Amino acid sequence: MSHDLPASAWPVQATGTIPPGRERTPAHELLAVEARGLVKTFGANRAVDGIDLVVHEGEIFGVLGPNGAGKTTMLQMLATLLPIEGGMATIFGYDVGRQSHAVRQLIGVTGQYASVDELLTGRENLRLFGRLQGLSWKDARSIGDDLLERFALTDAADRYVMHYSGGMRRRLDLAASLMTRPALIFLDEPTTGLDPRTRGQMWETIRALVADGCTILLTTQYLDEADQLADRIAVIDRGRKVAEGTPAELKAQVGGSGLRVHLADGVDARAASAVAGEVAHHVPILSPAGTGFSVSLSDANLAADVLIALRQRGMDIVTAAIEQPTLDEVFMALTGQPGAASSPDPEANAA
Amino acid sequence: MNGLAKPTAATRRPANRTVRPSVPLSDAISQTIAMTWRALLKMRRNPEQLVDVTVMPLLLTALFGFMFGGAVAGGMAAYLPTLIPGIVAYGAVTACVAAGTQLRDDMDRGVFDRFRSLPIARIAPLAGPMIADLIRYALAAGLTLAMGIAMGYRPGGSVPGVVAGVLLAMLTGWSLAWVFMYIGTIARSASSVSSLSLVVMLPLTFVSNAFVPIDTLPDWLQTVVRLNPISLVITALRDLMNSAALTPQVGYALLGCAIVVAVFLPLTVRSYSKKV
Repeated sequence: MSHDLPASAWPVQATGTIPPGRERTPAHELLAVEARGLVKTFGANRAVDGIDLVVHEGEIFGVLGPNGAGKTTMLQMLATLLPIEGGMATIFGYDVGRQSHAVRQLIGVTGQYASVDELLTGRENLRLFGRLQGLSWKDARSIGDDLLERFALTDAADRYVMHYSGGMRRRLDLAASLMTRPALIFLDEPTTGLDPRTRGQMWETIRALVADGCTILLTTQYLDEADQLADRIAVIDRGRKVAEGTPAELKAQVGGSGLRVHLADGVDARAASAVAGEVAHHVPILSPAGTGFSVSLSDANLAADVLIALRQRGMDIVTAAIEQPTLDEVFMALTGQPGAASSPDPEANAA
Repeated sequence: MNGLAKPTAATRRPANRTVRPSVPLSDAISQTIAMTWRALLKMRRNPEQLVDVTVMPLLLTALFGFMFGGAVAGGMAAYLPTLIPGIVAYGAVTACVAAGTQLRDDMDRGVFDRFRSLPIARIAPLAGPMIADLIRYALAAGLTLAMGIAMGYRPGGSVPGVVAGVLLAMLTGWSLAWVFMYIGTIARSASSVSSLSLVVMLPLTFVSNAFVPIDTLPDWLQTVVRLNPISLVITALRDLMNSAALTPQVGYALLGCAIVVAVFLPLTVRSYSKKV
């Protein structure tokens, strides 16, 4: 499986330029995405509530947030699928609201729910999307077949998409977005619901795209996915951006991983978490049942220090595990408040 | 791959790409053809969707001919010149209802998200299936005629009259389909499109001169039937098929089709674009 395609097959080799007289950001850098104060409301619900976003050409930008945070809504606004209610956005200098046709020529969109035609075969799907975007039947066929091979779908090429597995659909969906080499690809939760192996393959594919000059804006609920893939991450909660930075910057705020401790009966969990907080220099979160806590660690060695401190005070441990921080802990650390999808008010429990 | 040159990053750069402000007509046409191809693939795959334009016309022709021929016209042979053009029109009108339900069904699928995100003419996803549907209208009209001829119908308009009649029936179906396409864009679901469409279609087809001569009706109903545009089309079809006559009715029918398209095509495109 290769990530290259024959150059001769690519449709977009035009040497023309963007017509003059269009609004552009200053010539020294053409931003892939520039959004200011984006707003979208559904009734009383402000799904997107004043988000600013800057994505540079050639980077993978991750939008991280829980379900219902407004990630998909924001992405659909940027991809011309939803009208922009407030604020403004440009894609490579083109206004998303007023020049949506130009924007559509530069983007590819791969949705959370695969947007391919279930009633057609995989091969027919790619041919259709190639034809719709101006490829000849011959080019649509050859590029489509190349992409099918690249995404390991050749054997399934002539089966109806309705019989595809979730992973196959997702791959076909991405392949459909790649028929004309878009400059910017929107990936809405590209690996949600995929098994770990398929997930790893999708990550490889995404990295190969960027190596090939593509810019990617992806949304995800998984901290490790944003960490693995993204050059920069924006954390979104309840329609607002609560943090932004490189994975290293965010992790420094959150603590790279967490220690989860389940205490024996009779041990005062509040006292124990206070001890852990002192040692780890992060505010622990009590477990909902009150029989343990979790605490972020800026250094894995601190896990041992915490456990030793507990044992020195005669506090018995049932289980202890070092885990990646959950999204909940990220929000806790970044905002001091639980995220939209979390259990009620763990802050009151923090010692 | 295979030693071919690797595409450079630069080819992705927007600065090196031609970006068009709108869709040229030639592109819109080829996009519409691609959408027609998609609709034909779907049609071939679901032959049961053709039941309403194959089995139904055959069944109706036989049913009405044998059951009502004696009562309405004193004999089947005498009834056929009235009945066959009526069923040809009825078939075209019922066949075009499916355009709306199919559009709604399509719009609710994930693939329409992709159509919306592509730089294609907004009309292409609408026009493609409409062109493919011409096959449905031709089937309905052709099978009705074949059945009628088998039952003893001898069209006085001969070949030119019959061909003109079939073309007019296809045009009628195609034009009226825009009404149902519009309903498809405003309704909540495919099933509500069917029920809404039934409300529009039933009175249009039955309160007409499709199956009975007008003079058997009470006066007030005669007026209603005369005002029904479907009656116009049916009269025009009878004139063409039975005597190859280009009567004013044919002109009215064509004008009616043009008006329906002029009103509902823009409405549909606008409503569709708003949804997408």
